[in-house]
Amino acid sequence: MNIVNFTPQSAFLGGIIIGFAVIIFFIGNGRLAGVSGIVNAALVSKQNRTDNFLFIIGLVLGPIFYVFFTKIDIPFLITSSLPIIIIAGFLVGIGTKIGRGCTSGHGICGISLLSVRSIIATIIFMITAIITVKLNG
Amino acid sequence: MVSKIVSCISGIIFGVGLSVSNMINPEKVLGFLDLFGQWDPSLIFVMMGAIIISAPIFFLFRNKNRPLFADNFAKPTLKSVDKNLIIGSATFGIGWGMVGFCPGPAISSLALLNTYSLFFVLSLLGGFLLTELVNRIIIRR
Repeated sequence: MNIVNFTPQSAFLGGIIIGFAVIIFFIGNGRLAGVSGIVNAALVSKQNRTDNFLFIIGLVLGPIFYVFFTKIDIPFLITSSLPIIIIAGFLVGIGTKIGRGCTSGHGICGISLLSVRSIIATIIFMITAIITVKLNG
Repeated sequence: MVSKIVSCISGIIFGVGLSVSNMINPEKVLGFLDLFGQWDPSLIFVMMGAIIISAPIFFLFRNKNRPLFADNFAKPTLKSVDKNLIIGSATFGIGWGMVGFCPGPAISSLALLNTYSLFFVLSLLGGFLLTELVNRIIIRR
């Protein structure tokens, strides 16, 4: 293992900002900012539909505001092929729906709530993701 | 009305956090998942930063009955570790490791007008709808 491209300060600062998004959504609206749950609910449930759509619109506006105010370009690179992108998208959709959460819902909110379910979910999806990357070489 | 503004602002702040940490970038995330190769531990610091802020607030609010702009707190209903949690999370991890996208960053990255992001998000929605359809068929039987 070699450690490369490690950016602890911006990672930690970004994490703190995400934490504030989580607590504002929780204290204000009483809800957990799990993105897969919010997007899925926006799609299949009438309950809180406007809130869910507005949260999603906010997610897209975030990087736009960031670039507008900081004038910093966001590094962004996808190296996967289109068929892989499509298969991966389906797997992430199916998996987070069956497992009821993703990196934000289980990994941040669930762990913050000391939920055993979320801690186990996070360990499992990290392990299968690390194995997938390893197999991809 | 206020709750709508709160939802949008939460989303915006979340998206800014993903930009600052560069977690919006699949290559950055793949760097974290490449544990046995060229490893970039940044994602752990993102999670720690977020948890350090949210965990104390969740603890302080554990006995509160009402949020500021809604009637009640939506608490997670399931408590036990079941088959769905394990199978679902394992499946999610495979998809996450293939591209480096999980739902939050994928949606946020639509702002960067990348065609591949759009295809990923459409497939993600397809995955949700497919699972919903199968769930409804199973319930009906």
